[in-house]
Amino acid sequence: MGAEFIRHVKRNFVAYIALLPMAAVVIFAYLGTMAWSVRLSFSSSKLLPRNDFVGLNQYVTLFDTSRWLTSLGNLAVIAFFFLLICFVLGCLLAIFIDQNVRGESLFRTVFLYPYAMSFVVAGLIWQWILNPDLGIQATMRGFGFSGFVLDWVVNPRMVLYAVILATVWHGSGLVMALILAGLRGIDGEIWRATRIDGIPAWRVYVSIVLPMLRPMIITSLVLLSISIVKMYDVVVAMTNGGPGTASEVPAKFIMDNLFERANIGLATAASTVMLITVLMVMAPVIYSQYFRKGGRAA
Amino acid sequence: MMRQAKPAVARRPLTYQEVWGRVGIYAFLGVVALFFLLPLYVMLVTSFKSMDEIRLGLIFSLPQQFTIDAWVKAWTSACTGLECTGLRVGFGNSVKILVPSVVVSILLGAVNGYALSFWKVKGANVLFACLLLGSFIPYQVFIYPLVRVYAQTGIYGSLPGIVLTHVIFGMPVMTLLFRNYYSGLPVELFKAARIDGAGFWKIFISIILPMSAPIAIVAVIMQVTAIWNDFLLGLVFAGRENLPMTVQLNNIVNTTTGERAYNVNMAATVLTSLVPLAVYLLSGRWFVRGIASGAVKG
Amino acid sequence: MSSVSLESLDVSYGNVQIVRNLDLTIRDGEFLVLLGPSGCGKSTLLSAIGGLADVSGGRILFNDKDVTWTDPKDRGIGMVFQSYALYPTMSVERNLSFGLRIAGIDRAIIEKKVKWAAELLQIAHLLDRKPSALSGGQRQRVAIGRALVRDADIFLFDEPLSNLDAKLRAELRLEIKKLHKTLKSTMIYVTHDQIEALTLADRIAVMKDGIIQQLDTPLNVYNKPANEFVGSFLGSPAMNKVEGALVVDGDRLSFAAGDFRLDVSRYPFAETVESGRKVVLGLRPEHILPAGGSAAAVEGKVSLVEPMGSSILAWSVFDGVSLSHLVGQDDGCEADQAFAVTIDVQKASFFDVETGWRL
Repeated sequence: MGAEFIRHVKRNFVAYIALLPMAAVVIFAYLGTMAWSVRLSFSSSKLLPRNDFVGLNQYVTLFDTSRWLTSLGNLAVIAFFFLLICFVLGCLLAIFIDQNVRGESLFRTVFLYPYAMSFVVAGLIWQWILNPDLGIQATMRGFGFSGFVLDWVVNPRMVLYAVILATVWHGSGLVMALILAGLRGIDGEIWRATRIDGIPAWRVYVSIVLPMLRPMIITSLVLLSISIVKMYDVVVAMTNGGPGTASEVPAKFIMDNLFERANIGLATAASTVMLITVLMVMAPVIYSQYFRKGGRAA
Repeated sequence: MMRQAKPAVARRPLTYQEVWGRVGIYAFLGVVALFFLLPLYVMLVTSFKSMDEIRLGLIFSLPQQFTIDAWVKAWTSACTGLECTGLRVGFGNSVKILVPSVVVSILLGAVNGYALSFWKVKGANVLFACLLLGSFIPYQVFIYPLVRVYAQTGIYGSLPGIVLTHVIFGMPVMTLLFRNYYSGLPVELFKAARIDGAGFWKIFISIILPMSAPIAIVAVIMQVTAIWNDFLLGLVFAGRENLPMTVQLNNIVNTTTGERAYNVNMAATVLTSLVPLAVYLLSGRWFVRGIASGAVKG
Repeated sequence: MSSVSLESLDVSYGNVQIVRNLDLTIRDGEFLVLLGPSGCGKSTLLSAIGGLADVSGGRILFNDKDVTWTDPKDRGIGMVFQSYALYPTMSVERNLSFGLRIAGIDRAIIEKKVKWAAELLQIAHLLDRKPSALSGGQRQRVAIGRALVRDADIFLFDEPLSNLDAKLRAELRLEIKKLHKTLKSTMIYVTHDQIEALTLADRIAVMKDGIIQQLDTPLNVYNKPANEFVGSFLGSPAMNKVEGALVVDGDRLSFAAGDFRLDVSRYPFAETVESGRKVVLGLRPEHILPAGGSAAAVEGKVSLVEPMGSSILAWSVFDGVSLSHLVGQDDGCEADQAFAVTIDVQKASFFDVETGWRL
């Protein structure tokens, strides 16, 4: 028992030491800060942290704050369209490229380069293109379409779609790259079997290939979802949450309250809500993947 | 058995469905490629125009009067907050932040991956699972406590502070990359070395590290891209003297008073994208390998 | 039921021509095996017959109907692949019925066919399982089943047993033979395993470099190989080969290699041969038997012996020529001892030294 453990530690001593940084990071930088944030959400901290305990007051206030609720609603809309369009577009691109097209390398490079750019760049460039006075709207009107309207960035009802446009441009390449990698891994003999069976190509993708890629698809959707929840840079660059709060997102709400608006209690309550949401979705996945299989066995 | 050479291949004539199918594929890919390339084109074209030309509102036209004024201004004299010394400061800052962050986070990732793959350390897998889980959680949950701790220890708003932050938040992916790669190496190598009497560090430095070139390349590509494109962490932790290029870019574009100098903005945007774009174009397949390896999480 | 006719067939893969000017007729209900080493073009040929590889010259006829450019699904064929190629996310039942459903066939008919195939292959109890839950042998049966439900006239097998271990291979080989007996369909079977070829085939087409070296019954291919390649490829243990020349020995024609002599007057030469002709002698180990006191014995010294279970493969030197030969356990053959054998020259093969063709 105890003696064996000590012997084991002695033998693997250096390994334990080498993993200390990782342990420190996990315990202090991740778990510790999480715990502290959650603790702060139960206090009345404003500019500076306070040690009091106000129960769930901050949460009540939070869900009474229209800006927070708006940000949640906005995120839901963005998430829905972003996931849908990225996935469909990415899959289509991957499938089309998989059809033995010439210049495949070129196409792949073109579709994936936005992913290598910063979100700030994505937001800024689309902000410029969608500029009503000097961007597409102006150009089209210059061509004679005097009634043409494309004022998404300044129109509260449409601004979310501008954000979606920028993020879809940024992220579809990722889905394409992952799905394409998956397609390439499909055994060629399955394709030959479908030719003998007389199954049309589209049906092969729908009924055979895409179901085979389910793990890859789930992975891409998970990765995309993560970037949605973290969405901050692109909104700040493109619209700064505006017009008004029409494109406010939770990450920005939290950042604003942590720094400019100096309402730490509220901000940590909001971040705890985000934390709980993510944990509810992710924890079962991580557990089943790594905890069960253990180290090298995976 | 001598035979005459047969005349050129008698190919089955394509059915008209097949021809239209091919046309459709290329048309779709071509149109989408244009959509993806549009922002790059507009960025470049706008940056070489004069403001007079831009005010004409023809966003897609090539510059009538080609000028590099905007570039010079963006690099040397654009206003990034209180100072007007251009983006070159930001570029230098980004480099200052990038190099130590990349080096340290990759080294730690390699050591962690190595220890996790080959050594039995109790609780290591739990720690690793927590680390991975942490990578899915939005930064906002961790930020405020980190700020407080940095402030207490005097590294808030300094270069070591931002480097430490990048190391912390890069650790999950880096560790995952190396761990998965090392898990694929034959364990016999390790066993033979242990029988020869080598210890933890000896094996790591003499055997494992030399074999790590492929994954190291992937890790470098991913970290360089992630850190260079980072906005939020640099904004919070770098401090006014060390603000990275992305933050300065956003300042140039979104916080200028008076008429916006769109050509300067676009030049600045391209300048900020040069490093990650170069990495992307030069890395080719390695970039995709990086994405795919990171995606193995799910 | 269908006969298959290949006329002057050329099949290329990119710029490389794999099959050249090949003519082959397969009779209705025949089990034809395409046998040869890797890269000889047998799989490419099979793919071309199935419509999965484009033909660059010549014609393919099924029952006198030109199908050279017909879609695979319209050729009335079923195909069994080496890696089974089962649809992993579908149950066995769905794997069998998927193609039929796409073709719009009536549900009741599909059910009947699936049931029939499943019972014939003894996989009826596996219908709800996914391929990942099946053993290799079971998966192969499902793959065969998928070909069966198509009511195909012609069955194509592409090295279907290569991924199985030896015992399963023997089991399934028997199953396939029984299947052929039951269905009496035309079956074209590709393999590199000569045992499979010899046990299953009505006729074997031995291929090398895209050309059929010999097309004949298993017995003839084995006993009278058309050239050196066929002689070496079939038979285990391998055929002995000795280079030498034909000489006149008194009034007889003999084979000479150094001091070694073999009377060849009883060998049925296919063409006239003259003294001095350089030839290669092919002798199978089982045709060199212990002399047991016979007058025509040849004496030699045993170098080493390889016990192979029921018999022993001995390596001996006879008048300077090294030959492997089979002996029984009780024939008293031991290493470094003298041993006498008789050689049945009528079972031997002579090949021209230059061309390798049988004389």
